[in-house]
Amino acid sequence: MTAKTVVMVAERSSASKLFHQVVKQPIQRAALVVLFVMVTVALIADMLASSQPLLLCFHHHWYVLPNLIHPSELRIYDNDLLMKHLGVDDWAVLPLVPWGYNGHDLTHVLSAPDAVHWLGTDSSGRDVLARLLHGSRVSLIVGVLSVTVLVTIGTTLGTLAGYFGGVLDVLLMRILEIVHSIPTILLLVTLLSVLAPEGYSAVIAMTVVIGLVWWTYVARLIRGEILRVKELDFVHAARAQGASTWRVIFGHVLPNASSPVLVSATFALASAILVEGALSFLGFGIPDDMASWGGLLNEVRSNIEAWWLAVFPGAAIFVTVTAFNLVGEGLRDALDPRTR
Amino acid sequence: MLRYLFRRLLLMIPTFFGVTLICFLVLKLTNSDPVTSSNAGAMSGHQISREAIEHLRHFYALDRPWPVQYLRLVRRLVTLDLGTRWQDGRAISEVIGEALPITLLLSSVSLVIAYVLAIPLGIFSAARRGSRRDTVTTLVLFMLYSLPSFWVGTMLIVYLSSGRFVSCPWLGRPGCFPLQGWHSFEGFEQRTILGKLADVLWHITLPIVTLSYGALASLSRYMRMGMLENLRQDYIRTARAKGLSERRVYYHHALRNALIPIVTLLGLTLPTLIGGSVIVEQIFGIRGMGFVALEAIRLPDYPLVITIVAFTGLLTMIGVLLSDVLYAIVDPRIRLQGVSAK
Repeated sequence: MTAKTVVMVAERSSASKLFHQVVKQPIQRAALVVLFVMVTVALIADMLASSQPLLLCFHHHWYVLPNLIHPSELRIYDNDLLMKHLGVDDWAVLPLVPWGYNGHDLTHVLSAPDAVHWLGTDSSGRDVLARLLHGSRVSLIVGVLSVTVLVTIGTTLGTLAGYFGGVLDVLLMRILEIVHSIPTILLLVTLLSVLAPEGYSAVIAMTVVIGLVWWTYVARLIRGEILRVKELDFVHAARAQGASTWRVIFGHVLPNASSPVLVSATFALASAILVEGALSFLGFGIPDDMASWGGLLNEVRSNIEAWWLAVFPGAAIFVTVTAFNLVGEGLRDALDPRTR
Repeated sequence: MLRYLFRRLLLMIPTFFGVTLICFLVLKLTNSDPVTSSNAGAMSGHQISREAIEHLRHFYALDRPWPVQYLRLVRRLVTLDLGTRWQDGRAISEVIGEALPITLLLSSVSLVIAYVLAIPLGIFSAARRGSRRDTVTTLVLFMLYSLPSFWVGTMLIVYLSSGRFVSCPWLGRPGCFPLQGWHSFEGFEQRTILGKLADVLWHITLPIVTLSYGALASLSRYMRMGMLENLRQDYIRTARAKGLSERRVYYHHALRNALIPIVTLLGLTLPTLIGGSVIVEQIFGIRGMGFVALEAIRLPDYPLVITIVAFTGLLTMIGVLLSDVLYAIVDPRIRLQGVSAK
């Protein structure tokens, strides 16, 4: 029992040490705050921007959070219409941004930022701020899920190839070379146009496609680490003690080879968000009826004077990507003894 | 050296097969018949006759099982019998012959600019390590590195080309830079060579900026790291102890060794630039390889897609080989057998 406690304490202290090393610099602290805000916004996007009120008393009937529940009798109303139909005793609590990400305000088409639409509207009268807030979901989901996919595939194949070597290793290295020879963006665009996904399946398709194309970087990295670690003394010692192959891999080799993976996963997250933006910008990514940052930027191509469609979504992508990259830097500096 | 080159060239063959096979299988995923299902007829505005469809199906071997189709495809690629583009019936070889030089122009100019700026920047940063100027430079480069190129390109067009914010009336147009293309459409042929050059330069300025800053940022970061790494080595202390000037220590000792990894990055930067040109060409309406590729994917014109992927794949492989050979040339410690065993 004592041994276990000691291990747990040691683990917690090394994790918190890592955290403290990462947040040592003010800029990294700022990056973490940005990411925290980003995740919060993504989680509560419906509470911040919605076409329906948070709380509503309508014709003596109470609605709690109609923005989440979407009661069928309110379907024909958006906030604007609802306000006009409110009776004497009726009242409503509107969200901060009283526009849904897919609500068309046809009286304000392609309007510059003003008091009604704080960040302007796009060419079909949709509120840019609402779409920005909801777009954070797509970016974060695609980023996190695709990194999960690519780290899983990359770690599995890289470990197998690095540890067992032989034919497996040769095969993996060949595959890596093949995938590296194909321009990633072309492969991604081709795959997405072949799959032609719609709705939420587009997010899944994007995730899987990015993961399937990018696992090679992690595989190469972990293979190299495994090659280095597997010849170290403590691994030989574990083997000499009679530990099974799997125990050696999972208990000894992988934990000691995993820190560069953590670093590269953070950078991969940034790149995945970037590439999601690029694909949506090119018109191959998230369909138009969902909000995505790249999709917003895409609209500038047909309305080149609408600066608000360029500035805000691009800035959102830039800030998120920079924040992830900064955290990645911090992790690398904390984990890599050479840069200390 | 020759033996190594020969081996590497031989290894390119299976890689080439792999690249084309992956692309072929991805396109096969649709499980549809590209000839009948594509917009080939609709695009050209004509109804395709039954015989023409049969002819196309036969030409692309679509009436045979897929391994045969694949081998036929490879044979056509190798013998450069590429067929025609469905969109307008032009020979694919001609289309690529037109598009490739544009993409190569864009990426090679960006590459040169990135290298020319990155090396001094890296040295500067490393020489003043820890100073305020170094911190600022490093931070700016870091931000550049995270800046999405599709955003930068779009912003440049919105602010400099649209004419709403900056205008250059003396150019006889609303914005200061053109919106599209890599040369003027009107009166380009009548210009003198110098006039043409100026026109092309004016057109490709913004695309080049968009394409090169990312490479510049990552290259100079590598350069700074390489310099710092080398400045820590014992031979630098020796050089200083001999009484050499700082200048000589930097440029004759540290720089030479720090350049080695930068040279090998050439092979990795080239494919990124070609990939990046897909986006840049789209934003600036330049009809290079990336533009043609996206057009082909949208249609979809599968033979053209595969041809372009195979082509860029080949280019990438050559780039990587080139950088490995360069590596061996600049670093006498590297034996080529060692490189190939890596």
